[in-house]
Amino acid sequence: MGVPQKTLPIVFEGVTFAPSGVSLLGPLDFQLNAGQRTVIVGPNGAGKSLLLRLCHGLLKPTAGQIRCGDGAEAKSPEYTAVRQRQAMVFQRPILLRRSVWANALYSLKLRGIPKDQARVETTAALSLFGLEALAKRSARHLSGGEQQRLALARAWVLKPEVLFLDEPTSALDPDATVAVEAAIDQFHANGSKVVMVTHSVSQARRMADECLLLERGQIVKKGPVAEVL
Amino acid sequence: MGDAFAGAAWLVLAGDAVLLGIVQLSLQVSLSAVFFASLLALPVGAAIALYHFPGRGAVIVLLNALMGLPPVVAGLLVYLMLSRAGPLGSLGLLFTPAAMVVVQALLIFPIVAALTRQMVSDLWDEYHEQLTSLGTSRLRAIPTLLWDGRFSLVTTLLAGFGRATAEVGAVLIVGGNIAGVTRVMTTSIALETSKGNLELALALGAILMTLTLLINAMAFGVGELAKRRYE
Repeated sequence: MGVPQKTLPIVFEGVTFAPSGVSLLGPLDFQLNAGQRTVIVGPNGAGKSLLLRLCHGLLKPTAGQIRCGDGAEAKSPEYTAVRQRQAMVFQRPILLRRSVWANALYSLKLRGIPKDQARVETTAALSLFGLEALAKRSARHLSGGEQQRLALARAWVLKPEVLFLDEPTSALDPDATVAVEAAIDQFHANGSKVVMVTHSVSQARRMADECLLLERGQIVKKGPVAEVL
Repeated sequence: MGDAFAGAAWLVLAGDAVLLGIVQLSLQVSLSAVFFASLLALPVGAAIALYHFPGRGAVIVLLNALMGLPPVVAGLLVYLMLSRAGPLGSLGLLFTPAAMVVVQALLIFPIVAALTRQMVSDLWDEYHEQLTSLGTSRLRAIPTLLWDGRFSLVTTLLAGFGRATAEVGAVLIVGGNIAGVTRVMTTSIALETSKGNLELALALGAILMTLTLLINAMAFGVGELAKRRYE
């Protein structure tokens, strides 16, 4: 089952992000293509998380434009529809104060998926990410690794064309990291484009094909992981 | 004084019909007021938290200020609206329990709306990136945030209920303290004390205090339950 991709490539053309006149990012000219797993690396404060939020449309560029495959521009209302074909998992999982089941189901309810279908898909996602036995538990009572897998399960049911991950394993122990990385691999295997921010060079080598090295808001290197790192 | 306490205890233990009637009416009026005020105040408070519009700051300041609205002023305003010469005089609501519900709802509304706004605003700070990422509009976020803040909201509603049950001036003005019709606990306590009927006043006072304690115990219990289950 592959995910059809309409939002790729994501093209940055002279993009700058300078809230209050202070340039934090850019100007950036590059594009994210379908297929390859992309990792964004760089020191603290380089603008990695900002870049991810710009890609996902959570932030709007102050200059330049971001266009996606079907022509929608980041500043246009149409980009909301683009964002709905993508998903993002944050460094600290933001989970609703509800059960594991209700968290996974929530995104399908938003999409207006029929109840029976939503239940089947939620069960399948929780099972795939090893959370089926925890379905009735409060999401906030899960361990860090379980919470991150739940965030991934919630993204999974949306069948995103692009999955953005902002340092998803930075707060996890090695075992939980392995489990989350395996979950991320499921997205790639299913045809989703994976774009991940990480501080870990070894993780970047394991999890990506392409690497963007960011320093002080500028992309200083872009290419195959083996060449950049 | 000892006799008054003994008499009050007897009234409570014997389930005096007049006493129970007053307590029942008080609860009916106050619970109805909380219900109707909350129907409007919860979405309004949430909407003010999520939407930015011209004059939003002034609305927030006004709501916060109205939390301290003097009950007699609210009573006077509702009296003027409902009196025969007033714009709603034709409804014939003055000196009825319905008028008391209206005035208590008016007093509760800013409390529930202001506390809801603050609670939803805090939740939105935490959730907005994730909800936006999932494709939640601000309108759709309102029920989501109200549901996720449900345990805090119970405390908010209990605060509104506490304000309603403890209020005397406003319901006296619009209700008229008519025996068997609009006489509630607080107005009865004021009247019976002035008449020297301390037994009934003390019995009602004890019930009012018990209710207040129960409300606070419930608020505490709900908060603890929320922490254990979902936080």
